[in-house]
Amino acid sequence: MAEPKEVWITGIGLLSSLGEGLDAHWEALTAKRVNVDETRLAPYVIHPIAPVSFDAQIPKKGDQRQMETWQRIGVYAAGLALDSAGVKGNQEILSRMDMIVAAGGGERDLKVDLAIMNADAQGNLPSGAINEKLMNELRPTLFLAQLSNLLAGNIAIVHGVCGTSRTFMGEEASSIDAARNAVARIGAGQSDIALVGAAHNGDRGDLLMLYEFGEFSLKGPYAPVWARKDKPGFALGSVGAFLVMESREHAEARGAKPYAKLTKVVADLARRKEPGAVTKSLQAMWPQLGATDDETAVITGATGAEPATAEERAFLGEHPGLAVRATGTTFGHTIEAQFPLGLALAALSISRGALYPANDPTGFEVEKAGPPTQIVVMGAGHWQGEGMALVEAVK
Amino acid sequence: MTATRDKFGRPIVVVTGMGIVTSLGAGKTDNWNRLTAGESGIKTVTRFPIDGMKTTMAGAVDFVTVDPFSSTSLSERLAVMATEEALGQSGIGSKGDFPGPMFLAVAPIETEWPQRLEVARAVETKDFGIIEYLATCGSGQFTRFHRRFTFGSVALNLAETFGTKGSPISLSTACASGATAIQLGVEAIRRGEADATLCIATDGSVNPEAMVRFSLLSALSTQNDPPQGASKPFSKNRDGFVMAEGAGALVLESYDAAVARGARILGVVAGCGELTDSFHRTRSSPDGKPAIGCVRKTLADAGMEPNQIDHINAHGTSTPENDKMEYLATAAVFGEHTPNIPVSSNKSMVGHTISAAGAVEAIYSLLTLEHQRIPPTINYEVPDPAIPFDVVGNKARDARVTAVMSNSFGFGGQNASLILTREPA
Repeated sequence: MAEPKEVWITGIGLLSSLGEGLDAHWEALTAKRVNVDETRLAPYVIHPIAPVSFDAQIPKKGDQRQMETWQRIGVYAAGLALDSAGVKGNQEILSRMDMIVAAGGGERDLKVDLAIMNADAQGNLPSGAINEKLMNELRPTLFLAQLSNLLAGNIAIVHGVCGTSRTFMGEEASSIDAARNAVARIGAGQSDIALVGAAHNGDRGDLLMLYEFGEFSLKGPYAPVWARKDKPGFALGSVGAFLVMESREHAEARGAKPYAKLTKVVADLARRKEPGAVTKSLQAMWPQLGATDDETAVITGATGAEPATAEERAFLGEHPGLAVRATGTTFGHTIEAQFPLGLALAALSISRGALYPANDPTGFEVEKAGPPTQIVVMGAGHWQGEGMALVEAVK
Repeated sequence: MTATRDKFGRPIVVVTGMGIVTSLGAGKTDNWNRLTAGESGIKTVTRFPIDGMKTTMAGAVDFVTVDPFSSTSLSERLAVMATEEALGQSGIGSKGDFPGPMFLAVAPIETEWPQRLEVARAVETKDFGIIEYLATCGSGQFTRFHRRFTFGSVALNLAETFGTKGSPISLSTACASGATAIQLGVEAIRRGEADATLCIATDGSVNPEAMVRFSLLSALSTQNDPPQGASKPFSKNRDGFVMAEGAGALVLESYDAAVARGARILGVVAGCGELTDSFHRTRSSPDGKPAIGCVRKTLADAGMEPNQIDHINAHGTSTPENDKMEYLATAAVFGEHTPNIPVSSNKSMVGHTISAAGAVEAIYSLLTLEHQRIPPTINYEVPDPAIPFDVVGNKARDARVTAVMSNSFGFGGQNASLILTREPA
């Protein structure tokens, strides 16, 4: 096999509970600001999306109406990424741009759901009545706001990204694999330029259901990820994170500047029935990246859920002195969006010549002096799926 | 040994194992016999009450049961059955040890109504809101629902059962999902990343809410009586698709790896193509441009000319829009050659297996190549004059078939096509 092509990150789009755009995020991270809500869905802690006018990236109200919030967040962040890469509106490039979106499902109509569930609990839901209620009360186009692949579909409609379009699913692992697949395709010359990312809206009672089945949600009061030892769990967060990735040749030919290069992405499916499996998985992946402890820092999507977080911490403990940042402290857990969020913050840090400050009262996160040349982005899903990426400065 | 490459210098990707389950039956033999006999798997739904539904029939796989029932568990079961058949035929690896990655096309997953209601009945307060409901979700009694309804659950269980390597990829590109799973597998082999890939596509979505959702979009046929007559691709009186269930699994290998282990080669995935439509969320661009681009990309990927395609396994959903657009797109690409190509839609008999369709129909295409016999499009009584395809109407047709194009054009602008051939070019 020929040497894989170098993959550059030439565009970053971020919309989150902290605001929108790279400057706003850098300023908030530097000020250690966290936007957390302990009351709206109390006792569950969430990180709601910052106030945003979607018009700037989704000009048609008709398009906005066809989407639910998770899709608006994603389409918005995708637009920011295209702007940042300087390809927004460039039909020649967009028409052949590949897209890999990591997605879960969209918002349900909780009012309809709760009415049906209450009727049934009280014995007032005759057999077959559920059909009639769903037929009469569901908004016909809500389905399109729920389908996983319709985030990509809306990005195609609103921004014209029309090469290939693939939606990966499967919680945290889906976006690790999205990045891995994009890097593999660009590296092998199967793709020149790709839009990769995910979106998540944490302000969703319907979504909390799934995670509460497994008792994974953080209940108030809020605590930073590394300070949840006695009360594990994650607070759902709100993030749209998209990256434009392209081959170095393609970027240079169009005069695009890189934020960083994405050297390698690896992923695993540890057999978690065995204790310590996450630690072992991370130990096995680390040497594949070629990172060196002296130079690198780690941005992790550690969820705060156990035992995954403790097992990840055991791995990190084997690399003392490594500067670690847990995005979950600031942004909450955004499931599919956590890994692209980590990639975005790693590329941003490298481009700004500094790792943003630690935000951890336990002292596990330490400061890092000087400009980072390497940052490892790490993810261990709350229930399954592990991965790592190496983001490096372009020499 | 010098590596065997296609004309672009890439490893040739062959199929060495196939497994299938549809409403027509389990396994290739039953499926092929019933498909070529023109039998329909569409029936009136008996799985749940159909009161108040506009559409009351589907191609449900009722001969496979899972307990407790959920569409997700059924999808997983169908995938296991198809995969076991594919692995048995291929003879690759050993039990529980498949030597490559998995690509799984699966419907988006969410907690389903029987389970939602089970939780509701356990809520202690009357007239509960979401917070009280969530407290019951988190009571520790329903851990199994987390394990069942995470999006990654089906892939996790399949990966553990079949011992696939690395992180399994679950994907959805709507009605094109099955073709996308194959495409991802092909790309991995062409990159030299794997010698073998397991591509699975499954769908067990015949449940009340899924039917209501498609019904509210006016996508489903409402010609409920007789149910076998509802799916009539390319007919003037077609009025929508029929939801169906099924699974298809394919073992893909590099030609060299397959030859080296003496595997029987069932066919070649000569080309894959994909092009996204930005026209509308549910409708295809009426000028067919994205579908045209998709078909052209696929021919280019295979390095083939239009006149080398001698059968099209159509997407043919039986919706008014799709079938017309598919003809226009085909005619635009194939030009004068169009009337020479026999076209058929398996969906007339098995219905639309949605996430599974691309793989199910790829397998039927490979069986068409093997048997040199094209399955019919049944219910073809009133041809649509606007679609002058050479439709293989009502009766199977023996024909010389060397290269099949299988099309999948889906919601959200997802278009994917495959070209399948008998022998490496």
